[in-house]
Amino acid sequence: MKVIQDLLAQMPYAEVVRQDKTYLVTVPKEQLYAAASLLKNNEKLSFDYLNDIVGIDNGDSLGAVYILSASQFPSYIIRLKTLTDDREQPTMDSVIDLWLSADLYEREVHDFFGINFLHNPDMRRLFLRQDWKGYPLRKDYDANPELNPIPTENENLEAMEDLPTVDIDLNGKRREQHQKLFEKEEYVVNFGPQHPSTHGALHLRVSLDGEIIKKIDPNFGYIHRGIEKMCETYTYPQIPHLIDRMDYLSGTIHRHGYCLAVEKALQLEVSDRAHYIRTIIDELTRIASHLLGWGCMANDMGAITAFIYGMRDREKIMDIFEQTCGGRLMPNYSCIGGVMHDIHPEFQKKVKAFVPYMRKMLKEDHILFTGNPIARDRMDGVGYLSKEQAISLGATGPTGRASGWSNDVRKIEPYAAYRHADFKEMLRSDGLTFDRYVIRLDEIEESLKIIEQLIDNIPGGACCAKTKAIIKLPEGEFFQRVEGSHGEFDVFISSKGEKYPWRVKFRSPCMTLVNTLKHIAVGGKIADLIMLGGSLDYVVPCIDR
Amino acid sequence: MEVKDIKIKNMKYEDFKDNETLESYVQELRANGVNVAVAKIDDLINWGRSNSVWPLVFGTSCCAIEFMCTAAARYDFARFGWEVTRNSPRQADVLFCCGTVVHKMAPVLKRLYDQMPEPKYVMAIGSCTISGGPFKKSYHTVMGIDNIVPVDVYVPGCPPRPDAMIYGMMQLSRKIKMQEFFKLPKQPATPQGETAEGGEA
Repeated sequence: MKVIQDLLAQMPYAEVVRQDKTYLVTVPKEQLYAAASLLKNNEKLSFDYLNDIVGIDNGDSLGAVYILSASQFPSYIIRLKTLTDDREQPTMDSVIDLWLSADLYEREVHDFFGINFLHNPDMRRLFLRQDWKGYPLRKDYDANPELNPIPTENENLEAMEDLPTVDIDLNGKRREQHQKLFEKEEYVVNFGPQHPSTHGALHLRVSLDGEIIKKIDPNFGYIHRGIEKMCETYTYPQIPHLIDRMDYLSGTIHRHGYCLAVEKALQLEVSDRAHYIRTIIDELTRIASHLLGWGCMANDMGAITAFIYGMRDREKIMDIFEQTCGGRLMPNYSCIGGVMHDIHPEFQKKVKAFVPYMRKMLKEDHILFTGNPIARDRMDGVGYLSKEQAISLGATGPTGRASGWSNDVRKIEPYAAYRHADFKEMLRSDGLTFDRYVIRLDEIEESLKIIEQLIDNIPGGACCAKTKAIIKLPEGEFFQRVEGSHGEFDVFISSKGEKYPWRVKFRSPCMTLVNTLKHIAVGGKIADLIMLGGSLDYVVPCIDR
Repeated sequence: MEVKDIKIKNMKYEDFKDNETLESYVQELRANGVNVAVAKIDDLINWGRSNSVWPLVFGTSCCAIEFMCTAAARYDFARFGWEVTRNSPRQADVLFCCGTVVHKMAPVLKRLYDQMPEPKYVMAIGSCTISGGPFKKSYHTVMGIDNIVPVDVYVPGCPPRPDAMIYGMMQLSRKIKMQEFFKLPKQPATPQGETAEGGEA
């Protein structure tokens, strides 16, 4: 694309490699901020959406890859890469003033690789305790359990509230400053980590002025299982089982994304049959996830009946999964090359019976809850998220679409069988809690349409391509995105030609949603906080990985 | 006069996998001579306790969703008197640990357990809570919650089906029914004579 070529021509220091619609741009460390701000702040094509920051350790050097795309032309991706040789005190420029989402991403890279981002005012660890020794995703990390034994005491609040900032003064000397997160007289309420409405183990520290929220500080890591590090010791066919357990509600979709990435790297031809089956299973997963999200949000508002109704309809999908895949919540279905085994003879019949049933129930849900004056009173006019904010925060999925940001990966880069289906991308413009609520029910309807179109046309053939016994990916970096039920899920695999990956990174759609909560809940009432969390529908194990 | 039996109303005796262990325990109790009057009152109290167990759900990940299915319309554990899920440990009888426990969460689990009043029970739901499960190689996972708190019933599976959870619950019911209520500790066990009150909730 000419505009991108022109932009990259303004960076004489950059090495550019083009692969189809992806540009790999390597810049020296000193020019990182200049390159990033040029890409973000130009008039022709602003790369206003930061998908992710991937930390990497090449053995001798540490680095970060910034994955950028433009909301106008979302199918083009720029991977901005920078490396540093300093392993003792590595530093890089911070980009938090360009993208709101960079805040948590930089803290994550700091936590795992020990890179300090200059001028970022909050360089705490994101997942691990502040007193954790070592940086786990570095290749020379010492995993001896004696270094980091199971703690017996809760984390010290003083350590959690101390914000270190690293910068380099004019003489090139490194300085570290410390700030306090909350003032002494501020009234701070703990929310979680064990709370029935946190959708997992999330810890929020909320500063209050009366009942108005002044500031929110999310604490992650209460369910950090180290999946990305474990992936580096597992072979490619072993990894999908961990992905299912990350975001368990849309695990099947995320697993599909991983399989697509590996298949792309191997240039493996997958049969149409497998594509169709995967797509139908994905859409069923999306319906199940939205039903649970809807039920939980209603439950958070006090309507327990809605939760029971959502779970009741979800059981029908669980039955279909159980018959075909063998599992309920963890179907373990997609695998490299296709799907594990063929569909059950009754699969089509059952799915076809489910579609009209779900339509009928959706109508009932709308009558019972959407039009309910009490529910409307709570949802209307609360939790406004503008389109610009959504893009800058990287709030993908139904949340972004409720604010009018067209970000559906199924439309941007149609994968699997989505190109054979005729469906609409659901968009709303107001960005309020009610929009985020109603867009989920609308998406269920669209998913039903996709299923209806595909279910009778599943082509014949093998359901899984033959692969070698030991799968080795060629050397290089591979990237795939899919539309999960909570937002865009990206898989980044860096391979050195071994049977184990060198580095695997998953973009968590839910992390940006918690970041969104930090922005939209401020100024609102504390009583709305739980409902806002429900309307964003995040899953915490997906954030913590 | 027969005191103590392990039969419960909610599930058939033959359907349990292991009856011998508890049977031998009953034999031992009877052989040692149980005071009939006390044992009868004991049985009455335990009958009530085993049919109205209030759980505290410590749900961290996937298993919590299956727990929600157990609570929802189809499986409906309200049938067995288990539905009063408490959000405060101080009102709960049994701690359902659904999902992986990691280093950062370990002190939280311990504190919640300490805050529960006696008699208290713990159910470990899912492979992660039993042994670390699929995250055995992880640097941040606790390899089994029995490193932190004592466990009464283990329910294997990744995640276990709701039926499996109900089976585990029935086993716990039997265990409660078997106990000698008057000999149970009335206060939480305290390490080194400290007070059991574990700070604020």
